[in-house]
This record gives sequence, structure tokens and C-alpha cells, in this order.
Amino acid sequence: MKPNANNLWLYQILLLVAVFVAWHVLTATEILPPFFFGKPLTVLEKTWEWFASGKIYMHLGITLVETALAFIIGTALGLGIGLWLALSPLWSALLDPYIKAMNSMPRVILAPIFAVWFGLGILSKVALGVTLVFFIVFFNVYQGVKEVSPVVLNNARMLGASSRQLLRTVYLPSATSWVFSSLHTSVGMAFVGAVVGEYLGSAAGVGYLILQAESVFDINTVFAGILVLTAFALALDGLVTFAEKRLLVWRPAQGETEPL
Amino acid sequence: MSPPNNGAALALENITVTFAARSDGAPPYTAVRDTTLVIGRGEFVSVVGPTGCGKSTLLNVAAGLLTPSGGRVLVFGGNLSGLNRCAGYLFQADALLPWLSALDNVALGLVYRGTPRPEAHERAREWLARVGLSGHGHRYPHQLSGGMKKRVALAQTLIMDPQILLMDEPFSALDIQTRQLMENELLDLWSADRKSVIFITHDLEEAISLSDRVVVLSAGPATHPIGEYPIDLPRPRDVAEIRLTPRFVELHRDIWHTMKDEVMKGYVQSQKA
Repeated sequence: MKPNANNLWLYQILLLVAVFVAWHVLTATEILPPFFFGKPLTVLEKTWEWFASGKIYMHLGITLVETALAFIIGTALGLGIGLWLALSPLWSALLDPYIKAMNSMPRVILAPIFAVWFGLGILSKVALGVTLVFFIVFFNVYQGVKEVSPVVLNNARMLGASSRQLLRTVYLPSATSWVFSSLHTSVGMAFVGAVVGEYLGSAAGVGYLILQAESVFDINTVFAGILVLTAFALALDGLVTFAEKRLLVWRPAQGETEPL
Repeated sequence: MSPPNNGAALALENITVTFAARSDGAPPYTAVRDTTLVIGRGEFVSVVGPTGCGKSTLLNVAAGLLTPSGGRVLVFGGNLSGLNRCAGYLFQADALLPWLSALDNVALGLVYRGTPRPEAHERAREWLARVGLSGHGHRYPHQLSGGMKKRVALAQTLIMDPQILLMDEPFSALDIQTRQLMENELLDLWSADRKSVIFITHDLEEAISLSDRVVVLSAGPATHPIGEYPIDLPRPRDVAEIRLTPRFVELHRDIWHTMKDEVMKGYVQSQKA
């Protein structure tokens, strides 16, 4: 049976199992030292224990709340400021070097500052996530507004649109479509912000669990944490794909034809 | 030369449009020079000219989207400043809002004007039916064929009931059959309430079969009218059949005689560019 579109998922799962088996064999025969590489069975056991005892839910919940807040606030700010700067050439020209500078700065170095400002609770992680999400959304909105077809714009103006109506019916939909195309990246970034923030200093969250395990060289728990994070990153991505399909019906998919 | 244009629907008087140079050192580009064009009330005027001769520029001036460097625009005798609120504009390229369904696109102008949404949709549905698209209102522009998009665009413009209709090669992207269909439909819709129309095209046959008058423009740059021909063909017309009448052939030959040299000039210029 050759892999094809229908049974591809089966091969994908087999590949995963194969990796785990290889990992198991290599560590069980001590070709790879289990102290540094962990044992897959212990990792799975640890993961199971987290869910069975319910210990993980609180941490996972906090990480997801941080992700959601960072995503929502970052997107709102990026949309608002992106629209404003794209429609106001003067401010855009004035702020241009600062935006470039802030975007090229590695945002992780801000984490200690946010920790001082907002404490070790979820706010400092949200702030870090927001700085990551904001720029992705901002640049996409800015681009979205700049790329509005001049013909569509002139058409709306000839049909009598006021500048507010232009904003609502032309600029905003165009910008949101660009935001949606960057949604995968920005949700991922919100997640990264939350976990990295936790890892750098926190009292709860999956990043915190990983940090704790690492400090006592419990490599199996570190891998378990990574496993859980990966699974949820995948789930978030699926959620985005679903939302995208629902909200961007007006956009032609690649190669889509629809005979009448 | 200042004819009494107060009775005209639209008068472009001594219009000159010069664009600033795009790169340093290049001379400014004059697209239109000293052009006067008067459209009477209820008159259908076609403007023909070689490709790239500044026809669209002239139309943008009439729409108020572009302020001319010289000359003035009169709309029903009044000086035009800002957008031309009496005019509807049918663009050459796709101008529908891609994120709105066909129905919402047609209703858009009414919604802008403050018409309550249910009423706007009701009238949009009537207009979709009038252009032969009932039942397609829920479709998005990318789900429509080229001809259907043009119908939606036509409904979107005509629902506003503009007194002046500006059309910029609206059918140039359509295949010949769809095109003749659309031309006949346009004539039907036009004859119902006789709007004043400027119809830009590079297709002389289209111009003659639709219009009351054909204006020929010179090749660019610095386009100006070089001939005006009243079209005395009887109405109502069928655009496919009228092309076979002797009078049509005669008119075509006369106008083509004027146009030929300009088309050649335009061709040579486009080769140089």
C-alpha cells in the first residue's frame, strides 16, 4: 500500500511511532545516555500522570489564558495602529525608524523588564506575547491597507462613501484578510511569548513545569512538557485553520474553480 | 472659443493634464492637452482613440477623481470641485469589493447613502434581476465569470440612478459574444431613461453601434480631439445587426480614415517606450 492522500494520516502516525521506538531502543541499549535523552516510556508515563492527577490542567489553563490574552491584545493593537499609520503618511514617516528598530530588537530581552513592571503573574507573559504578536499583525495590516486596489477605492468613492465608510467597507476588510493570512504565525508567537515568559520566571504554567524539572535534571519531565506544548500548539493551529475557512469565504482558494 | 455650455450635462473645457515627472530629470508628462468635450443631456457619446492616448485620464477628470492642471469642468452648468456627485463610473478593471457578495456590492451605494439595509437589499435584488442575475446574489465576485462581474458592476452603478454615466472600456475584457449581449443590454437600460453617457473605447465598431456621436482622439502624449462624427443610425439598434447596414460601413470608413494615422503613431510610440 503506497502512501496517498487517503491513507497519509496512517503513515504520519507510523512515522511518529517509529521515532518513539527508535528513541526507546537507543536509550534502552544506552547508545544514547538516558540521563540526557530521557526514556520515552517514562515521558509518556509522566504525561499520563499529569492528566490523570489533574495537576497539568491548572498550568495548561494559565498558559492558554496568557496565549489568548496576548493574541487578542496584540491583534487589536496591531490592527488599530496599523490602520492609523497606513492612513496617516505623516505619522508613518515620523515613526518609521522607531518601528523598524523595535521590530528588529530581540523581544526576549524585554522579559526581565516586564517581570519588574508586571510581576511574575500572567501579565508579564501577556506583555511579552503582545510585543511578539503586535508587529506581525501591524505589518500585515499596514501592507493590507497599502495594497487596496486603487480601482476598488475609486469605485467606493464614486458610489459616495464617506471616509468613515471607506474605512469600514474597504480598508478594514482588506486589512483583516491580511491579518488572517498571518494568523498562524501570530497565534504561534503568542504561545511562544507565554511559554518563554514562564520559562524566564513564573510560579505557574507549562513553561514553569519545564523550568522546575530542568533545575533538578529531570529530563523526562522536560520532554513531557515539550510533548504537551507541541500537542496544544498543533490544536491551536487547527483552530485557526477552522476560523480561517469560516471567515474568508470571499477569498478564492488556490486553484479553486467553481463552475456555475 | 467658449460655447454656451450651461445647458450641457457635462462640459470639459480646455482641459490640460500634466503629470509631474516620476524620476528626477525626466520632463513632466502631458497626457491631455487643451481638450474640449461637451456632452448634451441624454446624449450617448463615445470617445475612441489609440491605446495609451489618455482616454481614461479624461474620464477621471470628468469624475472628479483627478484635478486637471488647466481648464474647467462644468456639470449641468456648475463648476466641478471634488468628486462628481452626478456621475456613476463603470471602471475598466474589476472594481467590485471582493469581500462583499454580489447583492451587497449592488446595494453598497444605497447603504453609503443611508438607505436602511432591508430596503437597499430589496432594490439591489430588483437590479440583479434586471441585469439577468437573479439567484446569484449570494455569490462573491471570485465566484462569478467576467461577464457576470460586469453585470454586477453595471447594476452597482445604475442603482444610484446617476444623471451622467462614465464608462471606461467596460466590456474590453469580455469575449465578443458576451460583449455584444452586454452592449444590447446597455442600450436597453439606457433607452429607458436616457442618461448622458461618455463611453470610452478603443473599438470603433463598438463606438459607432452604441453612440449618438463619436469623438476621435489623437495619439498620446498631449491627446486632443481630432474629429467628431454624429451617428445618424436609427434607434433602437441591435449592435450585431447594425454592423451590417451600408450606413454603418460608410461611417466606419470615414472615421477609420481619420483614426488610422493616429493608431500608427500610437503604435510607433508604444514601440519606443
